[in-house]
Amino acid sequence: MKKELRVRPIKNGTVIDHIAAGQALNVLKILGIIGQTDAVISAVTNVPSQAMGTKDIVKVEGRELAPHEVDKIALIAPSATINIVREYKVKEKHKVALPSVIEGLVRCANPNCISNTNEPVISKFTVNKREKGVQLRCVYCERVISENIVEHLL
Amino acid sequence: MFTKKHIISMRDFSRAEIDAILKKAEELESFAKGKKSDLLAGKILALLFYESSTRTRLSFETAMKRLGGETVNMISTETSSASKGETLADTIRVVSEYADAIVLRHSKEGSARMAAEISNIPVINAGDGAGHHPTQTLLDLYTIKRESHLENLDIALIGDLKYGRTVHSLAYALSLYGANISLVSPEQLKMPDEIKGDLRKRGIDVSETTKLEDVIPNADVLYMTRIQKERFPDPSEYQKVAGTYRISAELLKDARDDMIIMHPLPRVNEIDADVDATKHARYFQQAFYGVPVRMAVMSLVLGAR
Repeated sequence: MKKELRVRPIKNGTVIDHIAAGQALNVLKILGIIGQTDAVISAVTNVPSQAMGTKDIVKVEGRELAPHEVDKIALIAPSATINIVREYKVKEKHKVALPSVIEGLVRCANPNCISNTNEPVISKFTVNKREKGVQLRCVYCERVISENIVEHLL
Repeated sequence: MFTKKHIISMRDFSRAEIDAILKKAEELESFAKGKKSDLLAGKILALLFYESSTRTRLSFETAMKRLGGETVNMISTETSSASKGETLADTIRVVSEYADAIVLRHSKEGSARMAAEISNIPVINAGDGAGHHPTQTLLDLYTIKRESHLENLDIALIGDLKYGRTVHSLAYALSLYGANISLVSPEQLKMPDEIKGDLRKRGIDVSETTKLEDVIPNADVLYMTRIQKERFPDPSEYQKVAGTYRISAELLKDARDDMIIMHPLPRVNEIDADVDATKHARYFQQAFYGVPVRMAVMSLVLGAR
């Protein structure tokens, strides 16, 4: 835990640890909590990590993120762990789990898909875990996204 | 047994559900030929065609009318509310209050799936851009069942296997029956690796060649497709491959006696007129089968007995 002291420990809130290096800002983007919260948020990138070489960490103060809010970050940070902190102590710890469906998070790669028009439709994908990485299939046009999911984030 | 409300993509169907549709089509075939029926009397089918179509629209209308039902049409978008900027979503909401089922053809992939989410009546996808056209696949399967056999089938899919939506859906559906599939196309129109991988994962034997002659002696079915100009981003690319694959009566001398030739139509010059008179030609029969198959689909989603 000493290595995380680049940012001061938080009293209450959520620490998302073991994020793939360089993905902290994308994690915040997926969580959609910037600009919509008064919570103090800190992001640290490229921290040395025994298990991962380098990793990113995100801390959200004063707010406990529920698994259903956080699981979607597994798309880009599959090894992330969620720590719920109360009175400076980690009270709950769990790994993110891939959701089976994601909505309103990723833009379909098919320019001719109905979800990329002015129709009132929210992008929706089914999520499949593959040997390497994650495969998304558009519920509407069935186009598959299997690489560079970050580039398709809405 | 059959509980689907909408007909959107072949990926939604189990083999049992497909078999139920094909069985129903067989029951209804005599009505497609003109025997009187009031199976769908009092029902109204809305045909929403944002893109042109001849066979699909006419066969849906024929199927509905021969079963005693009525149709309402929105054919040309120039005179319809779409030209005034109405969204498809709003049109679907409105029409689903008028009719008992909707047949939709639209230029955007996924449009039918969206329509099904909005509509409170059954939606039948009659082609969504380069996406799906499930009733075409169902009538192809029905043709194979009636004129050849679905089990242990050796089928060659020929022509545009890259952009052609009918062959993708058909290959997927045939994988439920365990076919051997030969793919015949020019290099630049090969079937996407992802689809081939998907088929192989389902235990389907898939082979590829660029030569039509290679597949003729062993095939039960030759499934020809048109190389479509409009699917080519580059017109010079189209010129290069157009007319590469052409079937003539002469070319068929090595074919098995019971081999059949199918084509979703319209053909341009993939099949010579002299093939029409051979024992192998089935493409016009195939077009007819669109009527009983669409009768089956409509009677199932409308819950007719």
